[in-house]
Amino acid sequence: MSAAIPQILKQPRLRRALELTLGPALLILVWWIAFAGELVNKDLLPSPFATIADTAVAIANGEMIHDFIQTLIRVGYSIAIATVLGVPMGIALGAKDSVYRSLEFVIDFFRSTPATAMFPLFLLLFGLGDVAKIAIAAFAAWLVIVFNVAYGVMNARQTRILAAKSMGASNMRIFRDVIFFETLPQTFVGLRNAVSIALVVIIVAEMFIGAVDGMGHRIIDAQISYQLTDMYGSILAAGGMGYGLNLALLIVEKTIVHWSGK
Amino acid sequence: MNSNVAPIATGELEDGGAGMSRSSEPENTTLKDEARSRQKMISIRGLKKSFGDAVVYDGFDLDLPQGQFISVFGPNGCGKSTLINMISGLMPMDAGEVLYDGQTINETKISYVFQNYREALFPWLRSIDNIHYPLKVMGVPKKKRDERVEQLLADFEVKIDLNAYPYTLSGGQQQTVSILRALVTDPEVLFLDEPFSALDFEMTLFMREQIQKIYLKTKTTTLLVSHDLEEAVQLAEKVLLLTRRPTQVAEIVDVDLDWPRTTQITTDTRFVDLKRHCLDVFWREVKAT
Repeated sequence: MSAAIPQILKQPRLRRALELTLGPALLILVWWIAFAGELVNKDLLPSPFATIADTAVAIANGEMIHDFIQTLIRVGYSIAIATVLGVPMGIALGAKDSVYRSLEFVIDFFRSTPATAMFPLFLLLFGLGDVAKIAIAAFAAWLVIVFNVAYGVMNARQTRILAAKSMGASNMRIFRDVIFFETLPQTFVGLRNAVSIALVVIIVAEMFIGAVDGMGHRIIDAQISYQLTDMYGSILAAGGMGYGLNLALLIVEKTIVHWSGK
Repeated sequence: MNSNVAPIATGELEDGGAGMSRSSEPENTTLKDEARSRQKMISIRGLKKSFGDAVVYDGFDLDLPQGQFISVFGPNGCGKSTLINMISGLMPMDAGEVLYDGQTINETKISYVFQNYREALFPWLRSIDNIHYPLKVMGVPKKKRDERVEQLLADFEVKIDLNAYPYTLSGGQQQTVSILRALVTDPEVLFLDEPFSALDFEMTLFMREQIQKIYLKTKTTTLLVSHDLEEAVQLAEKVLLLTRRPTQVAEIVDVDLDWPRTTQITTDTRFVDLKRHCLDVFWREVKAT
């Protein structure tokens, strides 16, 4: 029997599954020890199992799903707007070194400005509704996308551009057939950064800018009404959203930019 | 004389695949031979190029016969690649003129094979689409492109899985795809910039044989930049030896050896003598101040 366990571990798929579950299992274990051993004030930390059970109920009755989807929709809108406006602008800026350099400071400055610092401004501009939340998240995401796409264009492999040139390709054609593809890996880096920034901004905006739904609203609501398990569960669900979005983009990236890093 | 040549060149451009497949027919050889008897020339006049303070070319003149395989060899930093980059139109020259039998670079069909195939092939396209691409740029319709590529692959007995993406192929296979991509347009002049220097020794020897087969079959004017003197002599009909900066022609050495030139030829006395002569010129130029 004792010899059988290492034997099982040698099966790569099983081993991989074990490795994957080990981290979360450890987290729950530490959480449970902290809870059961009363290492943390019981009024601040619920049982992990009660949290999971309550979260499951909230998911089953549709409450959390509604909030989850609202947040997802807002993030989706911001990213869509940021991409549609950001990719062409990044390409245009990156195409001419001199143009990019003259705007570099402004882009870098606003990219480094905490988006949340601009909440009041966006509230003035767009009011209390969804538009303000989406606008500010889109703005933050847009800067990241512009920056990354422009860099991607500027760092496009000169050899490939020369190769296309030597075949007599026009500048327009080189842009469409070569530079665009050369930029894709960096565009996806920007896209993944943009999604995590948009998610942060949307969650914070939902907490403090007159939202009636969304994961941010749900978390702050649970805190105010002292629904501990709901608060913890919602935080975990928001984490799951961030993780899931990143993973989904990675999969899309691997499929589209199959040559990346090769 | 120039006006005689122009219609032939443009004619080939327009009828795409059909015109190109002619290259394998025997009558084409006589056409090329005839061209050679008229001796088309590549003429370089008053070429100037500086990088910052470094003057690489200052009033460089050169005439090279077309329809031959010419190797370019010289001391480090003398601007071998710079020379072929300029005369192929990839790099602007500060001053000077290059004419291919009276035609400018833009009027001449050129192809260029880069040293770094990894960075020259398009990894987002399958290998076969990489080969198609230059024809696509020229606006050749799909059907003619297919015919031309098929003909090309048959001519050179390519045994690579061309449906694979380039990055899944070995270095030698990738460079073969690069060379096929360069040949597909049936160029008048083919430039090779140290094409084998990123390959391992075994693959380099194999590729030298391949490039010879291609040259012997197409008789396309070929300019090879090499940092390997043995390779430069083995493949070429003429070795262009350059001086140090500011660069001039040290000597143009005729290599009158029989084809095909296998690896065995590199131990032949005549080969060794030619190589020694080139090496003497090379050292003289390296040591010259």
